[in-house]
Amino acid sequence: MKKTVFLGALAATGLMAGAAAAQTLEDVQSRGTLNCGVTTGLVGFAAPNANGEWEGFDVALCRAVAAAVLGDPTAVEFVPTTGKTRFTALASGEIDMLARNTTWTFSRDNDLKFEFTGINYYDGQGFMVPKGLGVTSAKDLDGATVCVQTGTTTELNLADFFRKNNISYEPVPIETNAEAQQQYLAGACDAYTTDASGLAATRATFEAPADHVILPEIISKEPLGPLVRHGDNEWGDIVRWTLNALIAAEELGVSSANVSDMASAAGDSPEINRLLGTEGNLGEMIGLESDWAVQAISAGGNYGELFEKNIGENTPIGLARGLNAQWTEGGLLYSPPFR
Amino acid sequence: MSDTHAESVAYVRETFVGEQPPPAQETGALIWLRKNLFSNWFYSILTLLALYVIYVLLSGFLPWLLGGVWEASSIRECREIAGEGAAGGCFAVLSERWNQLLFGFSYPSEAYWRPTLALVLLAVAAAPVLFPKVPRALLIVTLIYPFAAYYLIWGGTILIAVMALLGVIVGYIVYSRLVDRGFALGFFAGVAAAIIVWQIGGFITAAAPNVLALTEIQSRDMGGFMLNLILGVVCVSLSLPIGIVLALGRQSSLPIIKWICVVFIEFIRGVPLITLLFVANVVLAYFLPPGTNFDLILRVIIMITMFASAYIAEVIRGGLAALPRGQYEGAESLGLDYAQSMRLIILPQALKISIPGIVNVAVGLFKDTTLVSIISMFDLVGMIRGPILASQDWNGVYWELYGFAAFLFFIVCYGISQYSQWLERQLATDHR
Amino acid sequence: MASISDPQSQQDSFRLSMLLNDTRYRGLTFQFIALILIIFVMAYLGMNLVSNLATAGLTFSYDFLGDPAGYDINQALISYTSQSTHLRAAFVGVINTLLVALFGCITATIIGVTAGVLRLSKNWLVAKLMAVYVEAFRNVPVLIWILIIGTIVTISGANPRAFLTRGGSVEPESEMLFGAFAFTNRGFYSPAVNFGPGWIIVLLALIAGIVGAFLWRRHMRKTLYASGKLLPGWPTWIILIAPVVIAQLVLGSLSLSMPDVESNNFNIQGGTVIGKPFIALWLALSVYTGAFIAENVRAGIMAVSKGQTEAAAALGLRPRRVMNLVILPQALRVIIPPLISQYLNLTKNSSLAIAVGYADITATLGGITLNQTGKALECVLLLMLFYLVISLAISAIMNVYNASVALKER
Repeated sequence: MKKTVFLGALAATGLMAGAAAAQTLEDVQSRGTLNCGVTTGLVGFAAPNANGEWEGFDVALCRAVAAAVLGDPTAVEFVPTTGKTRFTALASGEIDMLARNTTWTFSRDNDLKFEFTGINYYDGQGFMVPKGLGVTSAKDLDGATVCVQTGTTTELNLADFFRKNNISYEPVPIETNAEAQQQYLAGACDAYTTDASGLAATRATFEAPADHVILPEIISKEPLGPLVRHGDNEWGDIVRWTLNALIAAEELGVSSANVSDMASAAGDSPEINRLLGTEGNLGEMIGLESDWAVQAISAGGNYGELFEKNIGENTPIGLARGLNAQWTEGGLLYSPPFR
Repeated sequence: MSDTHAESVAYVRETFVGEQPPPAQETGALIWLRKNLFSNWFYSILTLLALYVIYVLLSGFLPWLLGGVWEASSIRECREIAGEGAAGGCFAVLSERWNQLLFGFSYPSEAYWRPTLALVLLAVAAAPVLFPKVPRALLIVTLIYPFAAYYLIWGGTILIAVMALLGVIVGYIVYSRLVDRGFALGFFAGVAAAIIVWQIGGFITAAAPNVLALTEIQSRDMGGFMLNLILGVVCVSLSLPIGIVLALGRQSSLPIIKWICVVFIEFIRGVPLITLLFVANVVLAYFLPPGTNFDLILRVIIMITMFASAYIAEVIRGGLAALPRGQYEGAESLGLDYAQSMRLIILPQALKISIPGIVNVAVGLFKDTTLVSIISMFDLVGMIRGPILASQDWNGVYWELYGFAAFLFFIVCYGISQYSQWLERQLATDHR
Repeated sequence: MASISDPQSQQDSFRLSMLLNDTRYRGLTFQFIALILIIFVMAYLGMNLVSNLATAGLTFSYDFLGDPAGYDINQALISYTSQSTHLRAAFVGVINTLLVALFGCITATIIGVTAGVLRLSKNWLVAKLMAVYVEAFRNVPVLIWILIIGTIVTISGANPRAFLTRGGSVEPESEMLFGAFAFTNRGFYSPAVNFGPGWIIVLLALIAGIVGAFLWRRHMRKTLYASGKLLPGWPTWIILIAPVVIAQLVLGSLSLSMPDVESNNFNIQGGTVIGKPFIALWLALSVYTGAFIAENVRAGIMAVSKGQTEAAAALGLRPRRVMNLVILPQALRVIIPPLISQYLNLTKNSSLAIAVGYADITATLGGITLNQTGKALECVLLLMLFYLVISLAISAIMNVYNASVALKER
C-alpha cells in the first residue's frame, strides 16, 4: 500500500486501508486492531463516557473478541454506525463485526447476506407511558401519538401491533434516542416505543423515573446479536464461540476473578479445562491461541459479570436477567458444549 | 466674470460665511428619537412593536444567561444548585464537556495543542491571501501551511509532509522551466516530476518512520468543532482548483468538454448535500476498487469537495462572464494561446472579482459541514445529538448546547461575511 | 504557440503532430482524450460496482418498490396504510416534500420581502432589529436552526390532553379558542370543511364572483382611461363575496365540523390538523430562507438608482405608487434570479426534515425504506433523481417567469 508518500500518508492516518472480504481473521491480526461497529450512543449498550471511552454491553463483546483474537481487549476501534449505515459498513468491510443491538431476522440473514453468530440479548419491543395517563395495557392506546425511533424493526412491529388489534395511532419518527426522550417528556407523544431494554435505559435518565411505567405487553421478539459478513465462516466461528465462551463461563462458574487461577493448571472439570485450553486443542481448531477463551473472559468477565456491570439491576438501567438468565435458571442462554 | 455679475446683480458674496450651528430644536437625543423612531404614527407603532419584541427576547434570554449554573457535574446537580423554578441555564455542560465539544471525544487530550496551533497558523497563512496589505513574503507560510497542518493534526513522521512538499516544489520547478515550450508540456512534466519525487519519498518515509514523529492520530478520532473546521478548510481549498477547471470547461468552445462540465455542475447543484453524504456513507464503497477501503472521513471529503467545486465553478463562471469582451480579444490580439491568455490575463481578473462570491460559498459550505452529524460523524452537532445528550448526566440540556453551537458558528461565519463585505467595498473603489 | 501555419503546406499533407500543435485539430484531440477518460472512469467504476456487488452477494433491482412498506406515516395526503407499497410510501414523501417546499417558499418570500424593506426603513430601531434577524439566521447552520425551532415548537405548544374531556368525565384544563382552534405541541387543530350536497354550485358562485370582480376592475380602468372618471373600488369586494355568500346561505351545502375533544383519551379527533413536524419544519425553513431573501430584496431595492425615485416623485406620484410602479418593477429584475436559487435551496434544505420527524422523501425513501430493505444503492439513486428533477423543474419554471419580466432590449 505504501507505494507513494500520499498513499502512505492516507494509510497511516486511517483514511484508507486494504480490506479483504474473505480473510477477516488475517486482516484483523495484521492490522492489530478489531474494527467493531456499535451504535452512536445508547447508554448501557454502547456509549462513550465522559472520558471518551466506549463502554456498555455490546462494547464488552467487541472487547472480548479483540482479546480472544489479539490478546488485547483495548485493541478495538469502535466505529459508530446509524441504523442506515450499519449494514453497508459491514458489507463494505469497513467493520469486521457489528455489535449494535441488531435484531436477527430472516431477511437480514438471507437477503442482506449477513451471518448472525448468536444472541447476546433476548429483547422485545415495549411501550412506556406517563403514569398519569392511567393506561395499563398497550391495547388502551387507541388514538395515541407514539414516538418511535427510525431505522430499526421497531416501526414495523408497531404498525403490525396496531393493525392486528384494529386500533389507530399516530407515529412520530425520531432519529436519536435523546430527541425521542425530549419529545416524550414534552408530551408531544403519549407513548414511547423501542426495545424494552432501551426503554429501561431511557427511563433511567429521567428526572423522575417513577412517574413513567413500562406497559406489560411485549409486542415482538427481538433477539439481538452480533453479526458478520456471509461467506467467512472462520471469522463467524470466532465471534460465535467467543460469545458462547462467555456464556459457558458463567454456567461453569468461571469469572474474571478466578479465570487466571483456573487456567494456570488443569482442574477437575474436563469442560472447563477444554474451554480454558488446559486440555485438548480447541484454540487450534478455531485458529487462535490455546488461551483465547481465557483472554476473552478476563477482558471483562463472563456473560453474567458483563450483564451486571453494564445493564444489571445495580446499574441505573436496572434490567432483570429475565429471559437472559442461564438455562439452568429458567432463562434462554444455552451454550453448546465445548468439546 | 465679476464684471458680468456687477452688471446684472446688485451684490455678490465673495467669501464663505462660516457654518452656523443647527437650530436648537433640531439637535439632541429627543430630536434624534423623534426623527428616527417617531416621525409619523406608522413608525411609532413599528417602534413600539420592535421595543416589545426586544423586551420579550431579552426578558427570556438575560435571566437564562446571567442566572446560569457553570459548575456542576450533571443536570440533576444543576437543578439542585439553581433551585426550584429557576430561569438560569445549565451551562455546566459546556465547561464539563468543553474539550469534547471542540475536539470530539477520542482525540488524545495531550495533543490538543496541535490542532490549536494549526488553527493559529491558518490565520497567519490565510492573511496574505485575504488582505492585500500583508507582506507578500508571508505567502511562503501559505504554501507550507497545508503540509504543516497535516503534520500537526494527523501526526506521524515529519518526512511525509516534507516529501510531499518537496514533490510539489520539484514539480513546480520543472513546470516553470518547461512552460515556455507549451503549457501542457510544462504541466504534465511537472506532475510527472512530482510523482517521481513522491514515489522516492514513499520509500524514504517507510524506511525512517520516526524522524521527528508526532503521535499518529486516526482520522476517525477527530470530532467536535475541529472536525467542522477541518472539513470546511480542506474541502474549500481542494474545491478551488477543481472549480476553476470546471468553470473554464463550462465556458469552453469544445462541446464535449463543455457538456461534461455542465452535466457535472448541474447534477451536483441539483441534489441536496445530504444525499451526497448518503452516497459517501452507503454507496461510494461499492464504486471503489474491491479490496480497498476509504475511511468515512475521506469519502465525506471527496463528496463535499465535489459539492463545493460545482458551486465555486458557478461563481467563477460569473466572474469570467463579467469580464469585458475586450480582455479576451486583447489577449488574443497579443498572440497568446488559450493557456497563456487564461493564466496571465483572464483568470487573475476573473478570480479577483469572484472572491466575494467564493467567500459566500465557503461560509455556506462551512455551515453545511454540520450535516455530517446525520451520517454518524461526531462533529459539533453530532457530539451534541449523540454522546452528550445520550449520556445520563446531560440528558435534557438542549438550549445551552444548541445555543453554544449556534454561537460558535455565528462568530466564525459573521467574521468571514464581514470580511467579504469589506472586500467588496475595496473592490468597488478600485473601479472608480 | 504553433497556431500560425502556412496554408499551402496544410492542404498538401496532414501530419500527426498537427493534432497537438494546430489549433484547428488540437480541440478535437483534447475532446477525444476527455471522452476516452470519462468512458474509462465510468467503466472502471461500473466494473468495481459489479464485482463488489457480486462479492457481497447482492443484486441491483427495484423490485422491492412493489413490496408492502410495513410502516406508518404520520402525514399522508394520499391514502396510505402500512400495507401500501414502498413506492407509495415514496410518493407520500414526494408530496410532503413538495408541500413543505411550496408553503416554505411562500412564507419565506413574505418574511424576506418584509424584512428586506424594513431593513431599509428610516426607523433606526426597526432597521437594526431586522439586521440582527438577518445576520443571526444567515450565519448559523440550517440544521441547528431546525433543531432549535423544533424544540421551541415542542415546548411552547400545550399538550392536547389539556383540551380533552375524556368522554365528558373530566373538566378540560383549557378551552379551545372559539371551541374551534387549538395550538398544541402535536399540531394546530381547526375545524374541517364538509362538502354537502350542492357544493358545486357554491364553488361556481365563487368562480362567478372572481370573474365578476375582475370584470368590474376592467370596467373601472376603461372608464378611467376613456373619461378620466375614477369609479369607486369597493364594489369589487361585494361582487367578489356576495355570490358565494348568497349561495351558501340558500343551499347551506358547506358546513364546518369542529374538532372533537370528547371521544378519545389521547388526542383531539376530527377537524383539520396541521401536524407539528410540518409546522416546525415550515417555520424553520421560512425564517431561515427569509433572512437570505431579505438580503436579496435589500440589494435589489438599493440597485434602483435614487434618480428613479426622485423622477417619479417629480411626476407627482404618491409614495406608494412610486414603490409599486417605479421601484419594485425595476428591483424585481435584480431580485428574481437570486430568489430562484433561494427557492431551490429551501427545497433542498427540506431534506433535513427527519430532524423534526417530518416524513419527506428523504425520511421515507431515503430513510425508513432504505433501512428496512437495505437497498442503499437503489434508494439513494432514486432519491437523487427526484431532487434533480425537482430542481430542474423549479429552475425551468422560474426561468420562464424571469424571461417574461426581463428588460426588453430594443
